[in-house]
Amino acid sequence: MTKKVARAPLDYLNMPAMKAWLAGVFVFLYTPLMILVLFSFNDSKANIVWKGFTLKWYVKAFENTQLREALLNSLLIAGVCTIVSVILGALTAFAFWRFKFPFKGPLESGMSLPIVVPEICFGVAVLMFFAKVGFPNDLPYPFNLTQIILAHVTFAFPFVAIVVRARLEGFNPELEAAALDLGASPFQAFRDVIIPHMKPGLIAGGLLAFTLSLDDFVITFFASGPGTITFPVKVYSMVRFSVTPEVNAASTIIILITVVATVLALRAQAATTKES
Amino acid sequence: MSDRDTIIRVEEVSKRYGKVTAVDRVTLEIPRGEFFALLGPSGCGKTTLLRMLAGFEMPSEGKIFIDGVDMSTIPPNKRPVNMVFQSYAVFPHMTVFENVAYGLKFDNVAKADQYGRVMAALADVKLDHLAERKPDQMSGGQRQRVALARALVKKPKVLLLDEPLSALDAKLREAMRFELAELQDKVGITFVMVTHDQDEALAMAGRCAVMDRGKLMQTATPSNLYEFPANKFVADFIGSVNLFEGTLEVDEPDHAIVQSEELGGRIFFDHGVSGAGGEKMWVGIRPEKIELLKREEGATPPTPEDAPSGCNVTAGTVRQISYLGSESIYEIDLVNGRRMQVSRPNLSRWDQEDFTWDDEVWLRWHGDSPVLLQS
Repeated sequence: MTKKVARAPLDYLNMPAMKAWLAGVFVFLYTPLMILVLFSFNDSKANIVWKGFTLKWYVKAFENTQLREALLNSLLIAGVCTIVSVILGALTAFAFWRFKFPFKGPLESGMSLPIVVPEICFGVAVLMFFAKVGFPNDLPYPFNLTQIILAHVTFAFPFVAIVVRARLEGFNPELEAAALDLGASPFQAFRDVIIPHMKPGLIAGGLLAFTLSLDDFVITFFASGPGTITFPVKVYSMVRFSVTPEVNAASTIIILITVVATVLALRAQAATTKES
Repeated sequence: MSDRDTIIRVEEVSKRYGKVTAVDRVTLEIPRGEFFALLGPSGCGKTTLLRMLAGFEMPSEGKIFIDGVDMSTIPPNKRPVNMVFQSYAVFPHMTVFENVAYGLKFDNVAKADQYGRVMAALADVKLDHLAERKPDQMSGGQRQRVALARALVKKPKVLLLDEPLSALDAKLREAMRFELAELQDKVGITFVMVTHDQDEALAMAGRCAVMDRGKLMQTATPSNLYEFPANKFVADFIGSVNLFEGTLEVDEPDHAIVQSEELGGRIFFDHGVSGAGGEKMWVGIRPEKIELLKREEGATPPTPEDAPSGCNVTAGTVRQISYLGSESIYEIDLVNGRRMQVSRPNLSRWDQEDFTWDDEVWLRWHGDSPVLLQS
């Protein structure tokens, strides 16, 4: 005799139909990526039939100097963009959280404009801006990446600001008062109490900035010059001729970098949120 | 100009937010070493006053002196006071030890001495065995002890406590009352506590200031607040009280009589009250100072033969009973419909059975019991 246990109304995972639906969602989300990764190991020039396992496309991708340079550029841009965006975003969030000033509401909504404006418009705007101010095009490496970095920071830091702003909403103002009460100056209280509270937001925002910068194509396309090719732009130009497994291999590496960065950030975030 | 033994002097201090006056011309002196309580309902300005002592708010008018020094231009981090916050505000990313050591960084305490002082402060609050814990692994009561140690380790001239017991559960709250009072005794620092809980204030404080709508109502010892309230508000806020409106009819040096329509008769005082006669006044009688007696149908009041002279007697019917274990509270309807509260200790295990619903009773109280209130 089997005992039938009644299912709780919100216990969705005990419903076979729900399980199937969940599996379907995962298949839909991950099949394209799986195929991309799988065919990067395919011993055939055509991306259609499986011919056998090989690592030669990875070797080829690494031997492609232009691709390597583009990847290095992308990582450098993303790194600098992350640092600048985190600082700028955190300060912006702090200012909106702490102070009252005229036109605060419109300014705060305006801050998220780079997020909602179509990338193509933003790209054109960036291109026109650099042309109008006569931004030097012939700076030596790595300063020739400045334009792309500036463009990336412009759309990445609002993401940081929004995440950190949300985090600050949960701050107990008595913590700052306690630091002051114990003898800390306002700056010391900010450094010792507010920044540690912001930390999970800084990590999450930083991760957002990093990935946004790393895979941005449209805006970068407008802001980059002949000597400043980034990875997505390079891949795009390669794909225009043919989708070779070399592109698959390069993309797999990028996916790997992103996944590792995300896992590290999530771990750091989990460690800091647990405290508060 | 300030007395050597006065640690805090609040002079005509007001705090206004736009049109709202949170604190209204409060003048107050707190002697060194006292356990002082600021008591009042929420929104009475007690917390604002405490925050002005700590330096988080600046008075709109008036001055605050701490140990004779004018605090007008001194920011919170330079004041010789420390605070235990209502939320405890223990830094979540630091261990207990780091929390307590935090304030010492700013006091030029040698690194070598820091360890000893932190551990001594933790021992004072019985937390020395948990120094390496993180706050998220501690109970609310333990976090409060961290906050206490963190403030006391700085050896402040005054320790400010904002509703220190409000977040604890009932049993722990009662235990902490004694512990806080003992700790204060031990460290000898002036404590200023804000609370809305009158029991807490009466149990712990040497003196209390009762506030209402920004104004200071009365500053006195707990027993004086209870037995000699300055006005209706204090009488009603501290404990329970039966209030009757009336006019002063007789005011002699050795007795006084108030005529009260509300009570339906006269209230006799066995002492002079030296108030202006004829004016509208209030008489307050505490529930435990009234005696209940059984009343036979149609009987005359048990005065003067049955009751000692100088007693007040009125008739009523028992309507509600709250049995609280140690005492019972009876709601009595007077003949004129007015309701009165009487409490009666359950001295024997059967006392609660003496009176039941709808019993006809006499209420009797001594001429010494009522207080006359002018406002």
